[in-house]
Amino acid sequence: MASTDITSDRKRPDGTAAGPVGRKPDDLAGLEAGLDALEAVQIRRTPVREVLLRKVLPPFVAVALVLVVWELLVRAQVTEAYKLPPPSAVWDSAREMWLAGTLLDVVWTSVSRGLLGFLLAVAIGTPLGLLVARVKLVRAAIGPILSGLQSLPSVAWVAPAVIWLGLNDQMMFAVILLGAVPSIANGLVSGVDQVPPLFLRAGRTLGATGLRGTWHIVLPAALPGYLAGLKQGWAFSWRSLMAAEIIASSPELGLGLGQLLENGRSNFDMPGIFLSILLILFVGIAIDLLIFSPLERWVLRSRGLLVKN
Amino acid sequence: MATPTLTKAEDRTTVEHAARLAHVSKSFAGPTGQQLVLDDITLDVAPGEFVTLLGASGCGKSTLLNLVAGLDRPSKGSIETPGGRPALMFQEHALFPWLTAGKNIELALRLRGVPKSERRTEAERLLELVRLGGAYGKRVHELSGGMRQRVAMARALAQDSQLLLMDEPFAALDAITRDVLHDELTRIWAETNASVLFVTHNVREAVRLAQRVVLLSSRPGRIAREWTVGIEQPRRIEDTAVAELSVEITEELRGEIRRHGQH
Repeated sequence: MASTDITSDRKRPDGTAAGPVGRKPDDLAGLEAGLDALEAVQIRRTPVREVLLRKVLPPFVAVALVLVVWELLVRAQVTEAYKLPPPSAVWDSAREMWLAGTLLDVVWTSVSRGLLGFLLAVAIGTPLGLLVARVKLVRAAIGPILSGLQSLPSVAWVAPAVIWLGLNDQMMFAVILLGAVPSIANGLVSGVDQVPPLFLRAGRTLGATGLRGTWHIVLPAALPGYLAGLKQGWAFSWRSLMAAEIIASSPELGLGLGQLLENGRSNFDMPGIFLSILLILFVGIAIDLLIFSPLERWVLRSRGLLVKN
Repeated sequence: MATPTLTKAEDRTTVEHAARLAHVSKSFAGPTGQQLVLDDITLDVAPGEFVTLLGASGCGKSTLLNLVAGLDRPSKGSIETPGGRPALMFQEHALFPWLTAGKNIELALRLRGVPKSERRTEAERLLELVRLGGAYGKRVHELSGGMRQRVAMARALAQDSQLLLMDEPFAALDAITRDVLHDELTRIWAETNASVLFVTHNVREAVRLAQRVVLLSSRPGRIAREWTVGIEQPRRIEDTAVAELSVEITEELRGEIRRHGQH
């Protein structure tokens, strides 16, 4: 294209004039187009049928197998019926709650609490993680404590939280925060630590320093690690909330999944207990499958980090 | 040049130099005390000039480029780049994988202060300049090695700096692609009027591209010798004149390397 723009009157410092540059321009353009075509990476998307067959079917088969084994154990009468109810009894229990219109309410009470607590944990854990990752003194001071807190079961916080805050939603949120904030902050810290130094140098030469560097380079580069932290943070939020709900039950708190489990225990209602456990498990899996897994896959795929085999 | 965003050639000739290094030394703390990496480097790069810095490993050529880029400070001496912060291209493309090719360039434009309404057009113009007109929406991992380096070049040009620093930008490419990119760089250099300071350990590459070749000695890096390359562009890496000068420079370079084996 434009090599004809170059005029030979452009004097070079050594006194020689710059002549017309390049081979015949079309020649170079054609060569380059050929190279690009030969070397371009082909991206193939897996067909839907293959996804269904390899990703969706296996877990369903596994669940079906568990149900079959469960039913067989009941029929073989390995233990008393009140200890191991048949799957159908659990199903009836769920149906009963559904018909009474309470099933979704109970699930929603816990899920809304869990998600709200999780969002609070994100709002606190993110700036905290950034501070620990970027300020050496802060890292030295609270970095180890933050990692340590991650291994402390959040159920330990229920007792002090009840004494400090009473039996209310604030107490639940406090327990969720103490469980989830360290995970989220630590995820961000390790995400920032794994940012290739080359990106930081490239950012600096482009003028991304200070806060602009954090916003344009560090945060997006740390996103995969941060997402892993969020995912773990959700798991911790959910677990902490269930612990809090099981231990601290009060009529003012409303009926959540944890209380449902606790009620089942006090009423000696084994199908109810099984139902609660399954619902807790189901919510945890559903949130992960519906929110975090797609988010993580999208981030990794858009960066070419998802290896297909 | 009909492009308003590139500084016009007249403006650029008003400054006498694109970079001026005066008695620059750099030492790092090493296991045996302070280790001198660069010793008394004095070098001017004229506006629009193409200079290659040539040297064996350990000559501190990348360190020198970092100093000129402002990523590090010299221990002694001074570095001036009157045209503002130089653009820097690395051996690795250093493109941000969370952005498309086009958005990588737009980020550079944004950080330079180009208004939002102009960024897209300017990014597409720069992609056209490196002959990647269709690559705006492509992710980095969808591009070949040569294409990535061309996007990196476009991003560096987006800084609209008078001085383009290149740290062995083609060293990781295969010979055919490298050859093509030499042609591209020569063409783009002539079109943009930028000054280029290009670091390499490849003698032929240095002679193929440069108006001036500066040979650095190793440990510490000092300027050993300079050659003005009078061969007219377009050059080919296979040209006899390029080959002859390369032989001469290689002899000198080998001499420099041999000195280190003698004590």
